[in-house]
Amino acid sequence: MIEGFAALYIFMLAAFTGYEVISRVPVILHTPLMSGSNFIHGIVLVGAMVALGHAETGLEMLIGFLGVILAAGNAVGGYVATERMLEMFDKSSRGGA
Amino acid sequence: MSGFIEIVYFAAAVIFILGLKRMSSPVTARSGIVWAGFAMVAATLVTFFSPSVYGHGFFNLLLIVVAIGVGSYLAYRSAKAVEMTDMPQMIAIYNGMGGGAAAAIAAVELVRFSGGHDIGGGMVQLLAVLGALIGAVSFSGSAIAFAKLQGLMNKTLRLPSHQQLNIALFVVTVLFGAILAFSGEVSGFTVFLFFLCALALGVMVTLPIGGADMPVVISLFNALTGLAVAFEGYLLGNAAMIIAGTVVGSSGTLLTQLMAKAMNRPLSNILFSSFGSDSGVAAEEDIAGSMKEIEASDAAVMMAYADKVIIVPGYGMAVAQAQHKLAELVQLLEDRGVTVKFAIHPVAGRMPGHMNVLLAEAGIDYDKIYDLDEINPEFPTAEVALVIGANDVVNPVARTNPDSPIYGMPVLDADKARNCIVIKRGKGSGFSGIENHLFYAENTRMLYGDAQKAIGELISGVKQL
Repeated sequence: MIEGFAALYIFMLAAFTGYEVISRVPVILHTPLMSGSNFIHGIVLVGAMVALGHAETGLEMLIGFLGVILAAGNAVGGYVATERMLEMFDKSSRGGA
Repeated sequence: MSGFIEIVYFAAAVIFILGLKRMSSPVTARSGIVWAGFAMVAATLVTFFSPSVYGHGFFNLLLIVVAIGVGSYLAYRSAKAVEMTDMPQMIAIYNGMGGGAAAAIAAVELVRFSGGHDIGGGMVQLLAVLGALIGAVSFSGSAIAFAKLQGLMNKTLRLPSHQQLNIALFVVTVLFGAILAFSGEVSGFTVFLFFLCALALGVMVTLPIGGADMPVVISLFNALTGLAVAFEGYLLGNAAMIIAGTVVGSSGTLLTQLMAKAMNRPLSNILFSSFGSDSGVAAEEDIAGSMKEIEASDAAVMMAYADKVIIVPGYGMAVAQAQHKLAELVQLLEDRGVTVKFAIHPVAGRMPGHMNVLLAEAGIDYDKIYDLDEINPEFPTAEVALVIGANDVVNPVARTNPDSPIYGMPVLDADKARNCIVIKRGKGSGFSGIENHLFYAENTRMLYGDAQKAIGELISGVKQL
């Protein structure tokens, strides 16, 4: 478990990291990048699995079930969309002189 | 085992950050997403061995597998099938799903809490509620953004005193949230009302926002979903979720700022005032000159004998799926020794980089593609600027007329090229409803028609020479 100030430190460092990593991205990659970061918050799937895993009542299971479907959609959709876009950049780098 | 799970989560978080970094260069971008993909698969697999997942019976486990299967299948099919031009709304919907998932996690925990379970209390409880609020808003808001971009909902909808309604709704939602966050025990009904209000808030906030502002809004929702995921990570004590969510939250915020800056529209303007409402005034002013039409064959001659042609693609190119034809035209021109460059406005199309994605799809080398700052000094040296379905991003009034709603927005100086050819479907004004003085300029010629068809005519024109 992560508690108190440790959590705050993680939060702060991760926030700066995200800011720094992105600030060097050229405009041409902005849409793939948005899609890529969209994929990365698909890690919510892990949390949704835990939530559904320890659900007990029918209502909890229903919400958890929907949560896992949504999270899986986020992760898989985000990945495929990003991959398809970046694949094109790959092609153009090979095709170019 | 739990130590092993932690190690995998930690590694996943590190790889996500490295993956994002690799996405910062066109050369390594593809490997970046693949890395992140492996990390995601690994993190998902080890989660099956977490006691809270397998420890509560076979039925829960079965539900998890089925849900992952269903969600993955639907998303995979849709993401594979979608046209590149429709990518923005797909990003919106996948992002909304993430927000919904974050809200669902909080909902499960809050329902458990209302049933007497201890979920941590204090700070954890507050963050869980905050994440739920943000996630739910992102979920319903993204759904509206999707509907608008998909064309299911064309009008911007403003109810009477929309802003006051939004504020009231916000206050009520926060009130319910505060009850959930600070009470020792809550009723399931309060949880239900809270989520209902939060979802309604997302819809209400997004409804009045015009289609042109949608990219910024999607980017904002993307950042918000990241934040919601991070907060739910605290609730579950999951470091991978905290780090990945926060990284997305901060990078998404930066991206949103960059986009808003490119449009010269403070984020507060986009969210709280609709673009269309104040632009009608500027359209009425007198414009000197008239729109002059040109035949495709004449335009083809101009371009074929030019030294340098700068192409300004816009949303019209995306709608007409004209990027492949355009690539063919560029090839023809280059074979004749013409230097061809692309000028991309940061908000051309519906997302920053939207045009780049389409041009890359058509196999156009990204060395030919230039940002606004790089290309603007070059327009005066170009014989022809070819504007394809772009409007507001080349409107010179943004430089010249302080009364114009888009005054101050950085624009591409297509009007400074010696000749300007504008491919346009009709005589109407652009997304913002503002008259474009470029179209009336002395050196501008209009080539009316669907972009794909018009470029096809240009191609046959060049071929005949």
